[in-house]
Amino acid sequence: MDSNTIFFDEHAVIHRLQHYLPSQAALKDFVHHNTLHAFQHDKFHEALQKASTIFGYKTYLSLDEFRAYYRAGKIREDILEKVIAEQQWAALQGTAAAAAAVSRWKDKVLHQPYEGTIGPRIGQLRENWKSSCKISLDKVVHPFLFRLLSTYLDQGILIWPFPITGKSFLEAMRELEQNKLTSIFKTKRAHKLLLEGNSTLKDLLTILIGSEELFEQYLFDQQFAHPGWSGLVSVIERQPETLLDPRQISLHDLMYLELLLEIDALDNKLGSRWKPLGRLIDKKPDPLFAPVTDTELQQVLKIWQEAFEWSYFDDVLSGIRLAHERTPGDNKSFQAIFCIDDREYSLRRYIESIDRQSETFGTPGFFGVEFFFKPEGGKFSTKACPAPVTPKYLIKEVARKNSRQTDAHYAKHAHMPLQGWLISQTLGFWSAFKLFVNIFKPSVSPATAYSFQHMDKHARLIIENKDGQTEDGLQLGFTVPEMALRVGNMFRSIGLVKDFAPFVYIVGHGASSVNNTHYAGYDCGACCGRPGAVNARTFSFMANHPEVRAMLKSEGLEIPETTLFLGSMHDTTRDEIEYYDEEVITGAHADLHAQNKQVFEKALALNAKERSRRFDTVDTSKPLPQLHEEVKRRSVSLFEPRPELNHATNALCIIGRGSLTQSLFLDRRPFMNSYDYRVDPTGKYLLTILNAAAPVCGGINLEYYFSRVDNEKLGAGTKLPHNVVGLIGVANGVEGDLRPGLPSQMIEVHDPVRIMFVVEHFPEVVLQTIQKNLATYEWFINEWVLLAVKDPKTGEVYCFKDGAFDPYKALHATPEAAEDVTAYIEKYQDNIPVLLTK
Amino acid sequence: MELSIHLFILLPVLGFLISLLIPAKKEELISKVAFTTVGLSLLSSMVFIGLWLVKGLPDLNIRDFSLYKSINYDFFIDFYFDKVSAVYLLVGAVLTFLVTVYSRYYLHRESGYKRFFNTILFFYTGYNITVLAGNFETLFIGWEILGISSFLLIAFYRQRYLPVKNAIKVFTIYRIGDVGILLAMWMSHHLWHENITFQKLANYELVHHYLQAHSSIGIFISLMILIAAAAKSAQLPFSAWLPRAMEGPTPSSAIFYGSLSVHIGAFLLLRTFPFWEHQLLIRWLIAGVGLLTALAASLIARVQSTVKSQIAYASAAQIGIIFMEIAAGWDILALVHFAGNAFLRTYQLLISPSVVTYLIREQFYNYTPRKQTIESAFGKRLRYALYLLSIKEWHLDSVIFTFFFSPLKKIRRAINFLTLRNVLFFFVPLYVLGLSFAYTQQHLSQEIKDVLAPVVAFLALLMVAKAYNERSSSRLAWLLIVLAHFFVDLSISFNDEFNLKEAAVYLSGVVISGIVGYICLHEVKAFEHHGIGLNQFHGLIRRYRSIAFVFLLCCLGLAGFPITTTFFGEDIILTHIHENQVLLAFLVALTFIINGIAVIRIYARVFLGANSRSFLTQSDLTA
Repeated sequence: MDSNTIFFDEHAVIHRLQHYLPSQAALKDFVHHNTLHAFQHDKFHEALQKASTIFGYKTYLSLDEFRAYYRAGKIREDILEKVIAEQQWAALQGTAAAAAAVSRWKDKVLHQPYEGTIGPRIGQLRENWKSSCKISLDKVVHPFLFRLLSTYLDQGILIWPFPITGKSFLEAMRELEQNKLTSIFKTKRAHKLLLEGNSTLKDLLTILIGSEELFEQYLFDQQFAHPGWSGLVSVIERQPETLLDPRQISLHDLMYLELLLEIDALDNKLGSRWKPLGRLIDKKPDPLFAPVTDTELQQVLKIWQEAFEWSYFDDVLSGIRLAHERTPGDNKSFQAIFCIDDREYSLRRYIESIDRQSETFGTPGFFGVEFFFKPEGGKFSTKACPAPVTPKYLIKEVARKNSRQTDAHYAKHAHMPLQGWLISQTLGFWSAFKLFVNIFKPSVSPATAYSFQHMDKHARLIIENKDGQTEDGLQLGFTVPEMALRVGNMFRSIGLVKDFAPFVYIVGHGASSVNNTHYAGYDCGACCGRPGAVNARTFSFMANHPEVRAMLKSEGLEIPETTLFLGSMHDTTRDEIEYYDEEVITGAHADLHAQNKQVFEKALALNAKERSRRFDTVDTSKPLPQLHEEVKRRSVSLFEPRPELNHATNALCIIGRGSLTQSLFLDRRPFMNSYDYRVDPTGKYLLTILNAAAPVCGGINLEYYFSRVDNEKLGAGTKLPHNVVGLIGVANGVEGDLRPGLPSQMIEVHDPVRIMFVVEHFPEVVLQTIQKNLATYEWFINEWVLLAVKDPKTGEVYCFKDGAFDPYKALHATPEAAEDVTAYIEKYQDNIPVLLTK
Repeated sequence: MELSIHLFILLPVLGFLISLLIPAKKEELISKVAFTTVGLSLLSSMVFIGLWLVKGLPDLNIRDFSLYKSINYDFFIDFYFDKVSAVYLLVGAVLTFLVTVYSRYYLHRESGYKRFFNTILFFYTGYNITVLAGNFETLFIGWEILGISSFLLIAFYRQRYLPVKNAIKVFTIYRIGDVGILLAMWMSHHLWHENITFQKLANYELVHHYLQAHSSIGIFISLMILIAAAAKSAQLPFSAWLPRAMEGPTPSSAIFYGSLSVHIGAFLLLRTFPFWEHQLLIRWLIAGVGLLTALAASLIARVQSTVKSQIAYASAAQIGIIFMEIAAGWDILALVHFAGNAFLRTYQLLISPSVVTYLIREQFYNYTPRKQTIESAFGKRLRYALYLLSIKEWHLDSVIFTFFFSPLKKIRRAINFLTLRNVLFFFVPLYVLGLSFAYTQQHLSQEIKDVLAPVVAFLALLMVAKAYNERSSSRLAWLLIVLAHFFVDLSISFNDEFNLKEAAVYLSGVVISGIVGYICLHEVKAFEHHGIGLNQFHGLIRRYRSIAFVFLLCCLGLAGFPITTTFFGEDIILTHIHENQVLLAFLVALTFIINGIAVIRIYARVFLGANSRSFLTQSDLTA
């Protein structure tokens, strides 16, 4: 990869391109991932610098922003000095020379002006068309190319679908071109080349570029002029199932057609006698992947980034160190198992503080049961587990009671001349009324992505497999041993193996929003961007199953007969909970459930209040019921671009017992995976947890990071002018490239820091564990995520650096103490510092 | 009762001015001002229309003050109110109100929050002036405001390339429409020998009497009106601008291109209906344009794979039908259709992001794989050709380019002699010489003057053409545009009795805008090492906010927008061209069109559109 090969190898080049292009799937399958995944085999800071030099991304906050944070106290002076000392003068630490050097660097970091524009390598070569031939190929080729692509790939916006089915993109274009009446191209040569069909990419590049050593770089330039479309095409090529209505498209086809269109554009503008690009340039451009040189500005930004991160983590680790083991032996009123999602942490905090006898846990929100879900009447099934897993099971919904509602405003007739004539004079006036109602009294409508709609509360699920029945090539439901295996693994991984309360709630989560093209990113990531209700319900069914319990008992995991599991789902936007299969509750359990429900209700309202402090337009000191109503209303308001703030501000992933954070207030920043080192001395379950959590939480965190630091190139920009293309992506206006990444409304309050994993276990066990899986280890050793460990015996905290754990001495001995956090919640809009409560 | 019509102008103007003064950080105050202004307008228009209904729908006319007056020319403000104004006023108030409330939250924290509401209120002012105007002159003021506010809202994301490029494109088409109105005003001045009010136009005997004697003049005026209406309402051959205008925040696209702005062409036709009612040829022509648009636009709408462009073309098709209804004389139907279409498209655009949720759910539950159909080879070919042509929008996007801008670009070489040196040392002295000739009349015979007038006007045209084509020096382009105005003035001096006072009215705005604008460019150039050549977008508004604003005003001044006296001047200039001097009128009109486009091009290239998304634009790591 370090030097470009002289000879053009089509497959290798396509492979490399796929590696570097954005890898976001169609809108409905929105799953967070590390935006710069292509650089993950390098150390974080080196990778960022490479990405910046090659592709022109901004990879840190700007110098001005960092300095402003410093002045505002968000970056601490003592931390800054420490980071400078460690990074620059580790060898000299403690000496006078080091002190002088630190103060010199500190001056640079704080005050020195820098000239800091990056002229990326990408695009340099192709730019020569403009400077030598005065032609902007982007302007001529892009709009039409995008049109052809979106027409071919469209999933349901077109009224008149693309007329050719079952053929690959290039074949379809060829067939379209054969009509003899009109042509895709303006000139003859490209037309002929397409119809004859015996040229390869290399032949076309020879016409266009001439010099073979420039081919690869040219294709990179060309495809990175519209990374959105190229990225999507490359994803569809690898995962065709991301489109319900399948299409055969490949990066090769896209480049082939684009090269033809470019030849056509040049022929049209310059006649047939123009020189290939290779002969137009006198100086060769810098090779894309040549080594990158370090600049002082990069050094300064790196120092700032670390100082920014540690200004927060220093308090976190000092707080974690202080945490004590909780007094055991309580009689639990109820237990609740949530998703590890950072949005569930504050709700859990409230539940535990309202009912001190209750206990909550966190585990990935598919609850260890992986399957496809098929709602009644659905033509497809959707994956209900983390994206990389391919399940063999199918869970079916039957006897649905609620039917889907329709809305004529989305009907395509309104776009036809005659029907449109009728509709605009009738429905048109109805629209004015609907708009009025929507603006002044928003409510759930057919347009809403409503979390509770994913599965009907009153429908049944087929969960248990009888007689090996299969459907669509999948096993319908699970057998008893399969259930017992999953249930047992889940309990052991979170350390819940005894002291079961009479009620254990299994709480999935989903989100509701309207006018939100990124709705899939709001649902449960562990359920592949779908609401987690089906998984919660399925898991509860399994754990309630007498035969499953018997099997578990024989393995030594005893669940008391009095314990009842209840599936439910938390809507993170509206702060509502729906309970499933409540009819199984009888007798004394019914009263308990009624009591617990009240706890949930109160906790939900308080959670809504805590969330609302981030919404400028809401008055947080309002009485709770009104406030909660207002938060609910946001989720169905057409005009609300921020129904919830999703994972914004996430910064921690805590893997340990509840006691680790019980006395701390961590705002809404941690993912929380329950884990008890005592149940897992060898780290077997820890490995499973980390294998999932590193890419999932790390992916979420880094997608937020990069969308925040460069919202134009790595994010989707503001969502206000977005235009939906083919139901698969969004673009600016009607001629723009697709915009992968997160819109500015999702990331504006996010602080771009890397996520820190905090594990409660012995450092040597953790070290062995993370080294077992190379893919997982890469996240830690290359510092894309940070890792700290708390030794449960000594209480000491260690940080992972260069393959080893070093003890960490926090600069603040203890975080700020606070009796009551309400004042912070009502007055503070920024991140609340780590607080020691109780 | 009549006088309360002023309220509908004063309220938005007041709101606009107040909103300009509020600091950008005070989101809440800005949105409150907008809310109150538009809310009060809605309330008062409902009360007003209620009273007007009770009184039995009288046609009201208010003759206001004269803005400029001379012996044979009177530019006066006039308002007129009838059922057409009533419907447009009410629909406008309802939709602007709803969109204002919607945007209060939707645009929250968006940089440009203030700018958005400023522009909306400015737009609303222009809209109300247009729909309440009682003569062409008043209507033209509103019309121009609509044009500028459209430009500003399409280019709302002014640091990005596509919004700016498309804003210029739309502005260009609007400019063609503007000149349609200007020429209609010119000819109708010669027809009526006064600035006629719409009320008088409704007088059948009068119109009939005049048109019988001058039927070709009547046709010319109607044609110009049709061009203006077709440009503004995205009818053939101008349709392709409509989807490309969807670059701003969704609510602004909804109110402008979904509803109000795009129906203004239909308004112009409804307003001038009594004038062309008896010109059968024109009625057929309007109906024909409407029919062709309805057919073409709905074919194109069928192959749109993005939701906003689909709505845009569907809306253009409906407006085509509205044109047919107006041509057929079914004005009530046309008004109902306008209101319904405006509401429907606004709503569809506002809920457009929801299609993902809704249609994917539909697909999930209703999908059936498509089957290959069997048909004759010819049928297939025809279908493919039709499909491909529709994807290519029947080449509508390139029509204007091919017939207008291509020739303009082709003469680039021919006008290379217009360099800074030549301009300063040859054309400026030439102008002074010409001036001395023009005002010491005795030296020249009438024949020579008759030749000189178009020749000088042609020189002016070449200058703006050069300004439009200029790739490097923005200041040269600017100077040429200023000088072109002087040459137009000179040409008219040769042509007719043109007194110094009129020349002063015309040129004073040019001189002031020209000098201030030049200083702006000079200032910016002094700070920028790499120059501000016109071969690329520089996006300098980031660094020079206030200079950019002043420069924009200068541009508008130089392009004859209603902020300086040049606005009247352009109109006066035209009154000095006689109705039989088609060549001269054509040259001057063309100069005006290109002048406006060249001016806005300079503004856009220097201050807007350096999009940080493009990999060629460098990211700044420090700021």
